[in-house]
Amino acid sequence: MSAVLEKKSLPYLQVLDEEGNVVSAEWMPKLSDEVLRDLMRKMVFTRIWDGRAVKLTRQGRLGFYAPVAGQEASMIGSEAATQKEDFLLPSYRDVPQAVWHGWPLYQAFLYSRGHQHGGQFPQDVHVLMPQIIIGAQVVQAAGVALAFKLNKEPKVAFTYIGDGGTSQGDFYEGINFAGAYQAPAVFIVQNNQFAISVPVALQTAAETLAKKAVAAGIPGVQVDGMDVLAVYAATKQAVDRARAGGGPSLIETITFRYGPHTMSGDDPTRYRTKDLEEQWQRKDPLVRFRKFLESKNLWSEADEERVIAEANDAVKEALSQADNYPKMTVAQLIDSMFESLPADLIAQRADFAEEGK
Amino acid sequence: MAQMTMIQAITNALDGELGRDEKVLLFGEDVGQSGGVFRATDGLQKKYGEHRVFDTPLAESGIGGLATGLAIQGFRPVMEIQFFGFVFETFDEIAGQAARMRFRSGGRYTAPITYRAPFGGGVKTPEMHADSLEGLLLQTPGLKVVIPSNPYDAKGLLISAIRDDDPVFFLEHMKLYRSLRQEVPEDAYTIPLGQANIVRPGKDVTVVAYGAMVHTAVKAADEWSKTRGIEAEVIDLRTISPLDMETIVQSVKKTHRAVVLQEAQKSSGAAAEIVAQITENAIYHLEGPVLRITAPDTVYPFGMIEDEWLPTPDRVLRGLEKVMSL
Ligand SMILES: Cc1ncc(C[n+]2csc(CCOP(=O)(O)OP(=O)(O)O)c2C)c(N)n1
Repeated sequence: MSAVLEKKSLPYLQVLDEEGNVVSAEWMPKLSDEVLRDLMRKMVFTRIWDGRAVKLTRQGRLGFYAPVAGQEASMIGSEAATQKEDFLLPSYRDVPQAVWHGWPLYQAFLYSRGHQHGGQFPQDVHVLMPQIIIGAQVVQAAGVALAFKLNKEPKVAFTYIGDGGTSQGDFYEGINFAGAYQAPAVFIVQNNQFAISVPVALQTAAETLAKKAVAAGIPGVQVDGMDVLAVYAATKQAVDRARAGGGPSLIETITFRYGPHTMSGDDPTRYRTKDLEEQWQRKDPLVRFRKFLESKNLWSEADEERVIAEANDAVKEALSQADNYPKMTVAQLIDSMFESLPADLIAQRADFAEEGK
Repeated sequence: MAQMTMIQAITNALDGELGRDEKVLLFGEDVGQSGGVFRATDGLQKKYGEHRVFDTPLAESGIGGLATGLAIQGFRPVMEIQFFGFVFETFDEIAGQAARMRFRSGGRYTAPITYRAPFGGGVKTPEMHADSLEGLLLQTPGLKVVIPSNPYDAKGLLISAIRDDDPVFFLEHMKLYRSLRQEVPEDAYTIPLGQANIVRPGKDVTVVAYGAMVHTAVKAADEWSKTRGIEAEVIDLRTISPLDMETIVQSVKKTHRAVVLQEAQKSSGAAAEIVAQITENAIYHLEGPVLRITAPDTVYPFGMIEDEWLPTPDRVLRGLEKVMSL
């Protein structure tokens, strides 16, 4: 099943076309109806919550947020192919994968507000706080994966980076290290065409980002990132291969972010046309997959409405949990710096408590 | 004269220098087509062309190396690090390479690079955007470090930085970008690097500050004058490397007391250096210890509690009271 990753020509993987027709039965993942429906549920849920998060950020009820609409197939199709024990190293935009990997939504909101406990993942959730430093997650993924190999644990480290991020030294170093150690890592490059305002064409002369895998000596594949089944199929192969000791691989998902880069003042009209945006909206991952499911009688209007209500309720609930969570304090921050505080920090903590009076 | 915000004064300075010297190049992430995430380079690519003002691939080490290479070939790179917290990615290019260029070439090559970066707390940016890491730069021999507190100074200092024949790090406090307007001449002018400015004269205690903390210091001093009748002299350093110790020492000789205010964490930064030099140069003029008013030695807590973590006006007043009581 790893044939696609081994091909020298670096193939482009697509299962469904824009109308939801199966164009490649060969790569159709073997999924139960239940799992297919669940992929749709997660995508609809994420689209709704993303819209809510954008609004909440505008109202000042959330802090930092990077919109994800457009990238649902890329994010959810890949995460769904991993197992709970696999370790996720997300970037700032990869909140959905983290949440579907177990991050409680209210904690994602705490993180957005800058509460330290947003990153305090439950013991059985294997995820790091979303990475702000572009590329740092890629080198660390090599380390996490090497640990799994040394410990002989059948687990995989998986991480995400954007098209712009593949220009960072850390990106090349991370995939190269993982290759050198044949560590069980999966690197997912979400090529959403722009790094803030900079188009991919200005990032590199490389023909595809997947080709960057060649120099690291690891398999690379480009997939239609608006096609959840293609993303799932490629990631499943990569994850299975890594888990079986076959080493790391790289997946480039071709996708698009509909919204601004983040909610902190980015204006996409400065760098892309309405026309381009509409062109991508015609490839929409939800529309396409909905058509596919409907043709198999696996999805209905009622399903859609149920998920929308479920998502709205979940956001409401998570928001109230975040609102009721004890506020972070400077004393608590100081306490969190070391296992046991050195004398100077103890003094500063006391000063702070006194000044705060 | 035009009223300008600090960001406008910066754009104006960049515009003028690009126009004056064709060796000046401007580059970094998102600085070209979109004019920078804060619009500091707005319109400059259109005006001077893609060969003078350009977007780079997303890699700070690459941007830094590019600048060093261009600099030793006679260009005057003005490179942007999108946020100061990303300086770590290119620290070798700055501290390990450019600042050592004179040493490594026996003076044959210099690296007249200006590194621009936004930084500073209180504007609710995500992790690693607001951190005051200037202390790291101070430990880099061969590098000058400039931090303006207002639009007028920003323009004059930035022009000096670009014209300087050595590498200069120019830090722009995000909170100051649009919060105040000032008369700024359209024509070019320079403010010498390494010259502090007494922004509020006083006789009772010297308050040394830079960047946004200058405004916090002045506010506290004004209030103190009203409520306590004590007159603080506030010094705006403008350049934290080289330090204008002459101005500081003259002031301390007059007031006999001093406090240093910085937004950065307490240990080993600009404030620590200033305190050390005051004790070296003016200890016999002091009536009490020189204190630091700073943030605590923790990670910068982005978001929720940053306003109480940063030196608040209240904490500054408390610090001033303490200095007077010792
Ligand atoms: C080391 C570093 N440099 C710069 C930035 C600022 N920055 C944040 S996102 C971004 C663009 C990233 O684009 P891309 O990698 O394509 O991912 P996308 O945001 O599109 O998902 C930049 C330049 C950063 N966070 N970290």
